[in-house]
Amino acid sequence: MKILVALKQVPARDARLRVNAAGAWIDESDLEYELNEPDAYALEAALELKDRHGGEVAVVSAGPERAARAIREALAKGADRGIHIETEAPGGGDPLRTAWWLAQAAAAEKPELILTGLQSEDAGYGQTGVLLAELLGWPHATLIVEIEKPGAALRLRRELEAGRFQYLELPLPAVVAVQSGIRPLRYATLMGIKRAKTKPFSRLDPSAWGPPPEPAFLIERIYVPERGKRTEFLEGTAEEIAAKLVDRLRAEALLV
Amino acid sequence: MSILAVLEQAGGAWHRQSWEALAAAQQLGKALGRPVSAALPGRNLAALAAELAAKHLERVVVLEDELLAAYTADAYVIALEQLIRSRQPSYVVFPHTYQVRDFAPKLAARFRRWLLSDVTGWRLDERGPVFVRQLFQGRLNAELRPAGAGPVFFSVQAGAFALTPVEEGVAIVERFDVRIQAAAIRTRPEAPLEQAPTAVDLGKAERIVAVGRGIKERENLRLVEELAAALGAELAASRPVCDNGWLPMERQVGSSGQTVAPKLYVAVGISGAIQHLVGMKGSRTVVAINRDPEAPIFEVADYGIVSDLFEIVPALTAALRKSRD
Repeated sequence: MKILVALKQVPARDARLRVNAAGAWIDESDLEYELNEPDAYALEAALELKDRHGGEVAVVSAGPERAARAIREALAKGADRGIHIETEAPGGGDPLRTAWWLAQAAAAEKPELILTGLQSEDAGYGQTGVLLAELLGWPHATLIVEIEKPGAALRLRRELEAGRFQYLELPLPAVVAVQSGIRPLRYATLMGIKRAKTKPFSRLDPSAWGPPPEPAFLIERIYVPERGKRTEFLEGTAEEIAAKLVDRLRAEALLV
Repeated sequence: MSILAVLEQAGGAWHRQSWEALAAAQQLGKALGRPVSAALPGRNLAALAAELAAKHLERVVVLEDELLAAYTADAYVIALEQLIRSRQPSYVVFPHTYQVRDFAPKLAARFRRWLLSDVTGWRLDERGPVFVRQLFQGRLNAELRPAGAGPVFFSVQAGAFALTPVEEGVAIVERFDVRIQAAAIRTRPEAPLEQAPTAVDLGKAERIVAVGRGIKERENLRLVEELAAALGAELAASRPVCDNGWLPMERQVGSSGQTVAPKLYVAVGISGAIQHLVGMKGSRTVVAINRDPEAPIFEVADYGIVSDLFEIVPALTAALRKSRD
């Protein structure tokens, strides 16, 4: 099966976020970036499908120059090919525009299956895969926790709310947004990192594709939310903090 | 120029977030001075429609079809696209449910738009509403203004309008005839199933120690296990810890796990993404231990400890043991 995985690079989870001077996005200087973890699960699902059914796993990402590092990481984990759609830093991003870029690349690649993560850990609009399916005219499924390929179509297990689930059949070609935790993540080996350097890596210039869709929303302002609850912050050495907390909990009759 | 709330039901039972979406739509309607209608897709909806007829709405539009009985993204998008093209609402409001996440972006894309997901509120200025939603798992908020032409599609975050009452009134109930070809539905869903009942019922626990990604490695779980033992607490976790396979999924607290309301909830190395908060914010006393002072978990914490959990947790375990001696 020919599989394309759409990846995003996002600020590292423990990065200190500061609002930029314009107040409309974060200050991206000196920021660490990493592969969006939900997309790492999509990659994992793709590599595991390849292990079982053979074929090829290509990865694609739309983003600025730094996004190439996320693609290299995917190659080091076992993807066969990287495709970098070189776009300007999106500054909050527009999921329809990203999906449109991915659709242009996918139309040329003609994969049978496109996998994405459920959402990005920065903006978290949670819909690029669904929009991509619509732009390609393909069916899709989201929140998928198991992928089987018993015949021409996929048999998927979809997570529902309140601990329920359902199976569904999805014909190919299709887009599947996987739920995080679908399988344990593999790590890149030294050999994998070495091999990644020689794997095919193509760069695409989106200006050749004409204008992307107009924005439906624009970020005007971002800010640190105000606290709703009055939190008492306990300070001191670890021992002092522990003693203070035990006192408070005892006073509230919360200890056994 | 109106507001349309698209409500969710399954097999004739409401999704409870439908009321929150309806309350949000009514509030927006009042603020903008525009009429609000509700759309309800499915089959055999007479009882639910009758309930909506007693709400303050212009219309209740029922979209009934055999092909809407079991949810598929294709059938829902086809039906709602027909309704929206016909009625041309300015705003289309959804509850932010698993199902909405599955079809509403596709519906919006039919209008060259996308879904502003997980909205928590808005403010109004002379140019109209500016919507508020979280970024970076709740560490920042963003205000977004609609741009371009076409309906504004947005979903409201679970709980954000839970305290906004739905206004009673009288509404006209009407049917909207949808035209869906069976061949246009590409997925074949089977009936939903119940997960095997979990052995661990965290809902009954009086004390819970919950561990998040900050624990870093599976081997470090020992630290929180000892803390839980010293407190007489059940051990729980946020989603990433269970995704990693470090604790079983049945110990997960949050929107895809259990909902808990203990007397004491100690969150260790949990940042507090909304998916986790919705599962534990009913707790009476919340203690949060996290290195990041801006972690959203502190928003719901009574006691906050901004420090390295690898120092605090052993000290706390020792202090608890000492206090019992």
